[in-house]
Amino acid sequence: MDRPLALEVRDLTVAYEEKPVLWDVDLEVPEGVLMAIVGPNGAGKSTLIKTVLGLVPSAAGQVRIYGQPYARRRELVGYVPQRGSVDWDFPTNALDVVLMGLYRKIGWIRRPARRERELALESLAKVGMAEYADRQISQLSGGQQQRVFLARALVQDAQVYLMDEPFAGVDATTERAIVALLRELRAAGKTLIVVHHDLQTVSEYFDWLMLLNVRHIASGPVAEVFTADNLRDAYGGRVAFVTPNAGSENGHLSEPQSLLSRGG
Amino acid sequence: MNLGQILHDLLFDYTLRTVAMGSAALGLVSGVLGAFAVLRRQSLLGDAISHAALPGVALAFLLTMSRAPLVLVLGATLSGWLGTLFVITVTRQTRIKQDTALGIVLSVFFGFGMLLLSIIQRMPTASKAGLDKFLFGQAATLMSRDVVTTAALGAAALLVVLLLWKEFKLLSFDPAFMKSVGYPVRRLDILLTTLMVIAIVIGLQTVGVVLMSAMLVAPAAAARQWTDKLGRMVLLSGGFGALVGVLGAVTSAQVGRLPTGPTIVLYVSGIVVVSLLAAPDRGIVAQLRRRRRQRVQFAAEALAIHLLNHEGAPDAAVETAIAHLRQHLQWDESFAERVTRRTITSGLAERSNGHLRLTSYGREVARRAMAR
Ligand SMILES: Nc1ncnc2c1ncn2[C@@H]1O[C@H](COP(=O)(O)OP(=O)(O)OP(=O)(O)O)[C@@H](O)[C@H]1O
Ligand SMILES: [Mg+2]
Repeated sequence: MDRPLALEVRDLTVAYEEKPVLWDVDLEVPEGVLMAIVGPNGAGKSTLIKTVLGLVPSAAGQVRIYGQPYARRRELVGYVPQRGSVDWDFPTNALDVVLMGLYRKIGWIRRPARRERELALESLAKVGMAEYADRQISQLSGGQQQRVFLARALVQDAQVYLMDEPFAGVDATTERAIVALLRELRAAGKTLIVVHHDLQTVSEYFDWLMLLNVRHIASGPVAEVFTADNLRDAYGGRVAFVTPNAGSENGHLSEPQSLLSRGG
Repeated sequence: MNLGQILHDLLFDYTLRTVAMGSAALGLVSGVLGAFAVLRRQSLLGDAISHAALPGVALAFLLTMSRAPLVLVLGATLSGWLGTLFVITVTRQTRIKQDTALGIVLSVFFGFGMLLLSIIQRMPTASKAGLDKFLFGQAATLMSRDVVTTAALGAAALLVVLLLWKEFKLLSFDPAFMKSVGYPVRRLDILLTTLMVIAIVIGLQTVGVVLMSAMLVAPAAAARQWTDKLGRMVLLSGGFGALVGVLGAVTSAQVGRLPTGPTIVLYVSGIVVVSLLAAPDRGIVAQLRRRRRQRVQFAAEALAIHLLNHEGAPDAAVETAIAHLRQHLQWDESFAERVTRRTITSGLAERSNGHLRLTSYGREVARRAMAR
């Protein structure tokens, strides 16, 4: 691989109160891929992302962004948290939330100026939310809230994006729109790392894949990694209905979510 | 005592003016910081801090034998802080949950404070008197040196809030994201909590440790009802705090030796109740009215669907008779009437000699509703 590594994780072990959640995980993500992290509930996907971002301390191992620790590469990284991680009844509007992505650049004490407002509005427009700029955030639908979070990450103008389930609670049209946006970002040379839950759409949306279940199961190009064997390893033999690498048209699962419960 | 007299005294009576200014200042500061406490779900922490401050007041007095406000406030701050630190450390380092840690701090510190107070009461010293006002508050004993201390500390706290406005906003909304972009979140958290401790201790003498947390939580909860903007909520909360501070202090100072804390709580409860009930949008009345309107609207659409289903069918004459609808759709009389009226006023159907007939608009709405 001659591309530089956007993200490199070595021997990463993470535990909450002595209960290991990630065991000795290795991962290499080359620049410019659109990658899915897939695994059952409780597999540690969110934890992996949070550890990369320094939000959760690691018990062992290291994380490198373009060869440097996260603290040195912060400006290169954008983060889209799981939507449920904040209280959407907070008294503020959509534009204000997007502006939060610029606070660090604005600096201490100073308030956002006209220029920053314009950037935030542009970013809202990119996710199709321009006309909701003044809307109180509790009055947005789940999918719209998700897009506000995306806009906040876009305005960070990062190189590497980490997104925790950006498709959760989003309708089909919005999902397509977000995928189109992610592809645009990839075309601009950005690296996107996305926690994803829908096995049906993996091959269609993504070109890179990591299967995770406490341990690193497999990672690499989707065509190589998205195999029945690997899926069985990740999900504990309960995904017999998935037809790996089938096009999304004929590879439909009737109820994909119900098959994702952790086996054994 | 009439209102004109009170207003006159507020302006010209030195004692009353002092009391009013002091309690307005502390109400403003605790209202502003209370808004952040409520948004960060730290209302109970405020209660624990204020109770934890009591032994600090008593110890500061025992050690210095002085009742200088700065000395007592310093003691209160230190022990309030110690209590907070205990809560934070215990929740982070052990499996004890936050509410348990808060309960421990509140009762242990408060019990210890009461013990010290009773020791002080028995001491023969002349200057001992008056520390028990820290329990339920006594605004009438406010002196101008107290007001100066309150105003100086409060102004400093408000200045910090003003300067770090956007940082505190982000800290309250999404601390994880804030940390990911490189802010020293832990330190900002400690700073904001410290400001909360300051807001509490400057109110202790006036409001008392037992009810001080009401000054923090109630104005903020009321303010949240009226607005969806953080800036307005904080201003309104500060305004409510100042208002009930003055009202409570003046009332208790005028009416014998009524303790100030409970008096203030009485006033602030009034504001909370009105806000919960009457606020536009978030108020209970507005919500009930909205829910009722939605129910009628939904029923009107259901009625349109019913009409569409029977349109042109052999039983249409029976099924669309207004008198029949009530019985058929199992609606009581007044509701059926409201729905029928709504169906007509919103142009879904027309009345023609005792029957309802869909308009073309009504037909379209019904089709679309069924397709959902
Ligand atoms: N703050 C925490 N304290 C203790 N345990 C935690 C904490 N956060 C997560 N865990 C545990 O760590 C494991 C991994 O959680 P994580 O949220 O990373 O999983 P996930 O793969 O994102 O799951 P999901 O698909 O449900 O989002 C789970 O067993 C969870 O119970
Ligand atoms: Mg998760």
